Amino acid sequence: MQHKNKKQISVEKENKNSQLPDCPSGARGEWPLWEVFIRSKQGMDHKHAGSLHAADAQMAIENARDVYTRRMEGISIWVVESKYIHASDPAEGSSLYDPANDKIYRHPTFYHLPDELKNM
Amino acid sequence: MKKKPGPHISKTSKKEKQDFLENYTLHMADDALILGHRNSEWTGHGPILEQDIAISNIALDLIGQARNFYQYAADIINKKRDGKKKIDEDILAYHRDVWDFKNCLLAEQPNGDWARTILRQFFFSLYQFYLYEQLQYSKDSTIAAISEKAIREVSYHVKWSGEWVIRLGDGTEESHQRMLNAMDDLVKFTGELFREVNYEQEAFNKKTGANLSELKPKWEQKVNIILKEATLPILADRKWDLYGGKEGKHTEHLGYILAEMQFLQRAYPGCEW
Repeated sequence: MQHKNKKQISVEKENKNSQLPDCPSGARGEWPLWEVFIRSKQGMDHKHAGSLHAADAQMAIENARDVYTRRMEGISIWVVESKYIHASDPAEGSSLYDPANDKIYRHPTFYHLPDELKNM
Repeated sequence: MKKKPGPHISKTSKKEKQDFLENYTLHMADDALILGHRNSEWTGHGPILEQDIAISNIALDLIGQARNFYQYAADIINKKRDGKKKIDEDILAYHRDVWDFKNCLLAEQPNGDWARTILRQFFFSLYQFYLYEQLQYSKDSTIAAISEKAIREVSYHVKWSGEWVIRLGDGTEESHQRMLNAMDDLVKFTGELFREVNYEQEAFNKKTGANLSELKPKWEQKVNIILKEATLPILADRKWDLYGGKEGKHTEHLGYILAEMQFLQRAYPGCEW
């Protein structure tokens, strides 16, 4: 019974959305999504900070500055349109990464270090 | 308002000469506070999340500048008031009435739509940029210090608003029309920015204030570069400007702004949280 009601609600929501009037020009849906990477003062690499919508690269950088560096989080900003980021498929994880687990000869662990170099 | 022929400067009285620093500082404080307050009216109502944050940040920057100037003005006033109760920045911001405020009329104009807001910001921030650029070398070290800090903030405001003018001007038919409407509304308030009043002239004479006649052509040149790129009409010589704000003669908008901004402090004077 409960399951049925849930289904009904989600269908109602869908119908409501399709009846929305056309958004005026500049609607959110038209601005591309950008991924933001920030490097902190002490850091060496840009870390992913989040994403935002912007009309162009200039605006994306300014928006990133306004949204993600308010508390001195960083001193360098990279922005990339999300569509240009290609990611591996998590479902393929086992075929991509598991085989490396049992290939111990790829790690430099068989060298015998003399005592003098113990701290290397 | 009748425009007198030639430069509008009546003879500076002795009292005006004494009070020039206080008035000059209050003028810059009021400019920043009123425009900062106007921008803050967008908070929570921005057209899109990131721009809501951007304009709120700009409002915060402006209010920060206002605080610096009000604190300095309070110091100046307190030095003259031996025996009388000391005033502070809050008294200056929240307990003065419309006719005491010395902000330019441009700052108090309503936000309107996004086009009006960003055009107002562009006109004003560019003026502040050239103003602070000069004031960094003011003989008054406090004003120089405030200007040096503020110019970094204002550089960003100019960049941000200028780019919006171009995007909306050279955008869709609708955005272009909205920019034209914004120009119709706001251009007539830009003349006042460069119209020297007595305390500004006195400040300049004392090597404390800026030379407005030097700022004006720089400002016009840069404005026209941006307007051209935005496919908007460039500024032509105007025979008529609205002014009076710097001397406490305001449009009716300021009354409403203060009624909202000052309500809390006036209803609960000295309240803390």
